[in-house]
Amino acid sequence: MNTPWTRFLTALDLVARAPHLGGMVLTMRPGPAWDAALAAIEAAFPEIRRWPASLSLRDLSGGLDSVATLAEGRAVYSTGLLARGHPILIPSAERLDPQAAALIAQAMDAGTAPPLFLIDEAAEAEETLAPALLDRLPFWCDLSELSLRDLTGHAAAPDPGAPVQDPATTLTVSALRFGIPGLRAPTQALAAAHALNDMPTDTDVTMAAQLVLAPRATQLPAPEDEDSPQPEPQQQTSDDAEGQNRGQDIPLDDLVIEAVAAVLPDLLKNAPLKPNGARGGKGFSGSGSRRRGNRRGRPLPAQQGALDGQARIDLVATLRAAVPWQKMRRAQFPDRQGVILLPRDIHVQRMEERSDRVLVFTVDASGSSAMARLGEVKGAVELVLAQAYARRDHVALIAFRRDGAEMLLPPTRSLVQAKRRLASLPGGGGTPLAAGIEAGMRQAVSARARGLTPQVILLTDGRGNIAIDGSANRQQAADDAVRMARSIAQSDIDALVIDTGARPQRQLADLAHDMGAPYVPLPRARAGQISDILTGAR
Amino acid sequence: MAKAFPFSAIVGQDAMKQAMILTAIDPTIGGVLVFGDRGTGKSTAVRALAGLLPQIEVVDGCPINSASPGDVPDWAELGSKKLRKRPTPVVDLPLGVSQDRVTGALDIERALSRGEKAFEPGLLAQANRGYLYIDEVNLLEDHIVDLLLDVAQSGENVVERDGLSIRHAARFVLVGSGNPEEGDLRPQLLDRFGLSVEVTSPTNMADRVEVIRRRDSFDRDPEGFAKRWARAESGVRKKIVAAREAIKTLDAGTEVLEDCARLCIALGSDGLRGELTLLRAARALAAYDGAKAISKAHVSAVAPLALSHRLRRDPLDDAGSATRVERVLADVFA
Repeated sequence: MNTPWTRFLTALDLVARAPHLGGMVLTMRPGPAWDAALAAIEAAFPEIRRWPASLSLRDLSGGLDSVATLAEGRAVYSTGLLARGHPILIPSAERLDPQAAALIAQAMDAGTAPPLFLIDEAAEAEETLAPALLDRLPFWCDLSELSLRDLTGHAAAPDPGAPVQDPATTLTVSALRFGIPGLRAPTQALAAAHALNDMPTDTDVTMAAQLVLAPRATQLPAPEDEDSPQPEPQQQTSDDAEGQNRGQDIPLDDLVIEAVAAVLPDLLKNAPLKPNGARGGKGFSGSGSRRRGNRRGRPLPAQQGALDGQARIDLVATLRAAVPWQKMRRAQFPDRQGVILLPRDIHVQRMEERSDRVLVFTVDASGSSAMARLGEVKGAVELVLAQAYARRDHVALIAFRRDGAEMLLPPTRSLVQAKRRLASLPGGGGTPLAAGIEAGMRQAVSARARGLTPQVILLTDGRGNIAIDGSANRQQAADDAVRMARSIAQSDIDALVIDTGARPQRQLADLAHDMGAPYVPLPRARAGQISDILTGAR
Repeated sequence: MAKAFPFSAIVGQDAMKQAMILTAIDPTIGGVLVFGDRGTGKSTAVRALAGLLPQIEVVDGCPINSASPGDVPDWAELGSKKLRKRPTPVVDLPLGVSQDRVTGALDIERALSRGEKAFEPGLLAQANRGYLYIDEVNLLEDHIVDLLLDVAQSGENVVERDGLSIRHAARFVLVGSGNPEEGDLRPQLLDRFGLSVEVTSPTNMADRVEVIRRRDSFDRDPEGFAKRWARAESGVRKKIVAAREAIKTLDAGTEVLEDCARLCIALGSDGLRGELTLLRAARALAAYDGAKAISKAHVSAVAPLALSHRLRRDPLDDAGSATRVERVLADVFA
């Protein structure tokens, strides 16, 4: 029996037997599968502790325990949660702070982290687990589709058969053919196979591949390989000799590849595959977009204040405030030892915070001039990103054409990622202006919910001719566009309308007015000009 | 802490290994930045470097690893003048570290229990004469970055806070690693790294299998694995020690200096730091190779390492910066 549930149990069993494997990521929502999975984890790890995803770095790494220090009059340090050695369960792990995630990843690298179970409850595509952690945790189990009757079966047992010759090659070859570029995955798969059975057999290797490689697959093995009688991985060109020497392993390679393909998510099988690096069924967004907006802080002078559970106490400032009064207080409270602190001495730390800006480019990709305009916008996006550090800007790109709008680039600060995603830009078709504005607004609202400051930049040269419901009705389209423009103004979202038409159009200027946005006619918009306007618009 | 993977057992990644060896030979090159995808052995290489480097001589118990008793700061209140050997310090700067932890701060314990004002040294003190390693350097908070820049430039850590006024030497080699997909690095910090390397996973199947195999046998028996590689490790170490001597006598001819300058002009790299680093790296490489003089080959071998992160960013040029350096190399040295 081999179902998602038994594979989860097998992975759990492996982590219990070989804690150095690291742990697993569970994709699920509250429901029967959730309850059963947590019960299974708690049965395997009675010591497990549950952490909130909102952990602060200080909780993780430990530090001076201010309450205990003040109470005892000597420095009391708290042990960081990581150093305590309990297995850890983090629900809503997609909300984990990137820095906290990095700290956990460092501990995993150093071999000091306890087994880790992350529950990914992401609802939106842009919420993803920190890549550094995803990459280091070998097992990813998706239990979100399971219902009560799927929850039967047992963990796989080691296979008593004959051990295979060279599991390392098999797993490496399979990983490459499923489009997994990194080397951690095959390493983890090999470790899992060894954990399953000290001398792994073909069944064990297959199971390890299904557990570790399948969820990471980004492509199906090239179909021509299936036709040829003796399939050879494409990437093996430079190394043909070795591949042939190991002729006897090839059946095992096929076995593993077939087994992995059998458990791939349907999404990967049916949908056209994304070109590079996209993980099966998940949005690909670097931590650039997920970080909380007000994350940076420069320390400001401490301020007198109360401990409300939120603010951090500034110990030194607090003590300094208390010191001059000690003699008087000693007389007032003769029976108290050590430093006498009163609530009014408490000083709390203050941080200066600044919000990051998200520039949501909403670009008209319709008609004949679309390619040129998209090209310039792409240039502008890259120019903005090249200076993103200084300006604290994130950039998103939405294109609208034919009957709707499409998110081409989710909010990001990474130039590298933007370049990859913008390599090909589709253009042509009608002008669904209203749909474009709506998509831009949605993105802006969701960015604002994450504490960023959004700004929508609309680039178009024409009037809308596609209504929001996709019908080609010019009047309806114009009305819809005005309606959307007004709701941008109502939502109090900063916007900018750039008219790239040959001559300025009254209608677009009116639309900008409805939007409460400045209107900039810019025939043949150049990347540099757009980027300059945005600097000024700041 | 788990045992580190041996440096010489790392498969491929020659540019990264070479860059790290060069900074070990001549610390004035000024650090290495390793950028690349996940799972390419970035952190492994840095942690392996610690095991590879020769030991240094320090005053016993000195918080800043001083080489002679005269260098020990007053605030250390150190009685002993004994010297001892210790491994080159490689200090991890964790993300989310607080400023007092980096620079050092008032020793709260002594302040509270004995009412004394004393200085508790931080990570910068520990890293003096060694390496400071920042994983995910692109995620480091701004104010910590500012602080590091300042110290890296002056070689001195100045603490003016909590009523303390302390300064001590803090000369270290910065090693940063990160994944550019998660955010870029600030140009000022970028410039501060002497060498930069981009790493990718090996594309050759034999190499990939070898990586997996070595990692597996290391995970299963770290001690035995380290023993099998001990010879190779000590070979590299000896070459580094010999090269450290050799750079003292290797002079750069006018021709080499001109080559460096021509390269930097052709690439339009900002400032003169590029030329200096290029020269130092080429000299270190020549010394490591046991060459009598620095040649064109040495300069062009280290040019991508020393210059690719100093180019003006041209977002509209799709070619990677290392490719651009090589293009110019071919032109200039044609």
